[in-house]
Formats: sequence, structure tokens, C-alpha cells
Amino acid sequence: MGRQEDAWRALDAVVDPELDEPITDLNFVRSLDVTGADVVVHLRLPTSFCAPNFAYLMASDAKDVLTALPWTRRVVVELDDHHDSDLINTGLAADAGYRGTFTHEAEQDLEELRTTFRRKAHTAAMERVLTRMVRGGHAVEDLGRVTIGDLPLDDATRALLRRRAAIGLRTGDDLPVFVDHSGSPYPEVELPLQLRLARSTRISIEGNAHFCRGLLATRYDLEDKVS
Amino acid sequence: MYSKDGENYFIVDAHVALWDARPENQRNIHGKQFIDCFYDYHRNLSPESEVWPYQEYLYQGGDRLMHDLFEVGYVDHAIFQPAYLGEFYNNGFGQTEEAFRLTEANPDKLTYNHFWDPRFGETGLKQLREDAKRFNLKGCKLYTAEWHGESRGWKLDDPWSYRYLETAQELGIKNIHIHKGPTIRPLDRDAFDVADVDKVASDFTEMNFVVEHCGLPRLEDFCWIATQEPNVHAGLAVAIPFMHTRPKYFAQIIGELLYWLDEDRIQFSSDYALWTPRWLVEMFVDFQIPEDMTEYAPLTTAQKKKILGLNAAAMYDIPVPAELQLPREEPQAVAVA
Repeated sequence: MGRQEDAWRALDAVVDPELDEPITDLNFVRSLDVTGADVVVHLRLPTSFCAPNFAYLMASDAKDVLTALPWTRRVVVELDDHHDSDLINTGLAADAGYRGTFTHEAEQDLEELRTTFRRKAHTAAMERVLTRMVRGGHAVEDLGRVTIGDLPLDDATRALLRRRAAIGLRTGDDLPVFVDHSGSPYPEVELPLQLRLARSTRISIEGNAHFCRGLLATRYDLEDKVS
Repeated sequence: MYSKDGENYFIVDAHVALWDARPENQRNIHGKQFIDCFYDYHRNLSPESEVWPYQEYLYQGGDRLMHDLFEVGYVDHAIFQPAYLGEFYNNGFGQTEEAFRLTEANPDKLTYNHFWDPRFGETGLKQLREDAKRFNLKGCKLYTAEWHGESRGWKLDDPWSYRYLETAQELGIKNIHIHKGPTIRPLDRDAFDVADVDKVASDFTEMNFVVEHCGLPRLEDFCWIATQEPNVHAGLAVAIPFMHTRPKYFAQIIGELLYWLDEDRIQFSSDYALWTPRWLVEMFVDFQIPEDMTEYAPLTTAQKKKILGLNAAAMYDIPVPAELQLPREEPQAVAVA
């Protein structure tokens, strides 16, 4: 694998936390140039006013994964056309970290933000496999008994297992599927409500992804793939 | 009024603006970025036939607004929901004087809502009292992502925000429209979080809190809050044009809102001039939940009538002709004498 390809594959691991999709799929990587051991990446977002905390997370994650490649020497990541481009790009260039970049607007770190969205991603992935079972005739009241081993080994299940791992849940076959972010199952009486709540989370994430893809395509005159 | 298949619909456009984003009013690059972002929303979600040239989009003026809403847009009454954006535009984004003059000239067609920003402290409170009197305010629009000096956003449950809400309540301003933009401080947490709406809605139970864009991009958090708080409502601005580009997604949004909120707490709005009401009204009346989405019940004509106008008319005491009201025991809105 060439270095260019190697760098792109590394960026596959950088996820938009809000949309739960890799920035490479979302077309957020505007350009990637490798010269010897130096990499220059330009990122772009759907609007100038996308939330700067998410923008910073993605840009700093991109810099981290590229810096972690054994062959890279100098890594430059720049965010284009954002209201905080100057602030974020200066912070990234200086490796100033989150607090050093945003100074008085930052309190501690972005870990709580990351955790919130990893939990939402798990909830949505769980809803997808459970709703599929309900559509197949499974009673909602019985969903509490479904274990990971009961799920077909397909993309939806693999996605759920990855989301579980990301929030520190184990993935053994005997474990229940319908759980909260700490891995605890819900009382049977709550299952219909919890499934509805999980559905609204899934719809929200998917809807935001539609909107963001569409806006990015409009903004940069790209082909919008309607999924 | 819009008529289709023997049914007549009273239309209230609950969120419109008269803005000026022309270069001479742009204070800095952010003024351009802001209107460009709006224009991308407009281009991305409008049918091709409804897309305006960029130059026209920068500023519409009162005549064009009256034409687009009332002459060709089926709207019976519209409510101004201005955003100030004083850090981006010299004379602000929403044009207060022009919109208010238009309202005074057309009191049966227009309602003017104003705005406040709790970071102006005592001075702003005094201004709010004067504004309430001058504009005869029934409602206000709050944009929590507004920049102000070093601060790039505020929360509804900030101490000063409580003082403004208390004052508004005392002044009879009942309807608070909230636009959750990406609030910045502190950056550590989700900027679109709607938890502050929950707090103020339970502390100010006599007021209505209309969350614009129905809480998008946090529909799930919004729905949960609205289930707990009977005075929280959903504004369909930004959500409703998805009927055209992503009908299945829109079906899910409206399906979720009807499930969590019920049909009395959802309001139509075009978000003019982001979009124009004509095609939205026509398309919404024709809209139906796709048959394969069995988790949602089909939309009824009565639900569409409420969403398109009767709900907002009831909230703002806008007179609805008797023949356009729904036949029911509970009063929907004040009938024309």
C-alpha cells in the first residue's frame, strides 16, 4: 500500500461523532497530499457554522491518526471555510490541545461530549437490530430476552458490536442486546417506551446525516448520493 | 387560506423574517458566512423551480414579502421571528423598523415578535419593557447562539435569562420561540443540547415555549422534553422542506412529533425567506406517511388543519373564521364575531 493510500485508510478511523460515520465517507476530506514523509490534509464541513467542538474533534483526531503512522514526519491538518478556521488551525499547528485552542471557552476536555455521542450511536445501532426483529414478528415485550447470539451475523450486528465495544460493553453471545449504556437490561414494562426513545435517537442521527451530506454537496457543488 | 379537494385550510406562517444581508450591511466575514449558509439550506431543500438567485436572497423588502406570503402563498397570518445578529450585521439581520412598519400597516395579517439577549443585563431589561409596550409584544424569538463580545452563546437557564423571562411574564409576553443554534460556551458539551428548555418550561408554566426546528438536530432529546412539559411546542421551520428532498425522513419526523407531542403542539412555518410558503402548504396538504412505514398512523385532514394554522392561531388569539375551524367542543381559537 502506498503512503497516500495508507494515509486515507488511517483517516477512515476518524468519525464524525454526531453522525457516527467516518469523515472519509462523509466527504469531509477535501484533499490529502503526501510529499515524502509530510502529509497535508484539508478538511471541509457542510456549513461555516457547524459546531466548533465537533469540528475541532475531527480535525485533531485526523492529526492524531496521521501522526501515529510510522512513516509520517510533518503532519498538517487544516479546516477550511469555517467561522473558527483560524482559531482551530492555529491551535492544531501549535499542538495547543483543546484548552489551549479555545482558551476561555473551554473548561476541561471533550471526553464527555464524545461519550454522549458514542452512547447515542450504540442506542441507534441497537434500535436497528431490534426493530428489524419486531418487523419480523417478534413481540416488543419479549425483546429483553434477545441475546447477542440470537442475532444474525451481518453488517447491522457487526455495527452494534463495534458500538458496544466503543462504550466499554462486552460482546459475548449470552449477553442481552436491549440494554442501556451501562449494559443493564430494562424492566419488561419499559421496553416499548425504551424502543420508541431509541428510535427517535436513530432517526435524529440519520436525519442529521442526510442534512449534512446534502448541505456539503450543495456548498461544494458535489454529487449528492441519496441513500 | 388554501383549498384542496373540498377542504379549506386556515394558514398561519409562524416563523417569517424580513432580513437584510446585503454586503453593505455585512459587518465582517461572518455576515457573509451566515447568509451563505442560509442560501445553501435554501438551494439544498427547495424544488428547483423555487430557488431564488443569490442577489434576491440577500434582501427581499416588504412588498416582496407581502406578495410571497399573502398573494401567492395562501398565508392568512404570519409572525415575525427576527434574529438580531448584531456582531455580524451593521443594522442587524432582522429589520426591526421595516418589519414593524409593515405590521402596523397590516395588523390583521402580521404579528411582530421581537428578541432579547440577557447578556445586556439591566439595560436590556429596560429595553425589553419599552419594546413590549411599543411593539405590543405577545411573543419573542430567542437565538441562543448569538455572539456578543467575548461570548458566543447563552443558555435559557442562565441567571440573567431567568430575570428576562420573569419580566416577560410580567409584561404579558407569553410565547417564547427558541432557536437552538450551536451555543458555544462551554464548548465541552453538546452545543445543541435542549436541556435548558426543560428547566425554563417547568419553571414558567404559564408561558409557551416553541422550539423551532422541532429541536433538530436533537429530535430525540426534544421529544422527550416535550413529553414531560405540556407547554413545549414544536415549530416545523427547517424540518418541513424535507417533504420534498427526503419524504421518508420527513414522515419519520412528523410521525415522531405526533407520537410524543400530539397534534395540538406542532406549528407550520416556512421560515421565510429561507423557503416560501406556497409550495410547502401545497405539498403538506398532499403529504402522507408512506404505506410501508406501518409504525406511524396516516395523517388526518384535521391534523393538517391544526398544524397549518389552527394551533398557532390559538396560541396568538388570531381570529379564525367559523367555517375554517374544526367542529369540536373545545375552543380551537377565537371566532370572528
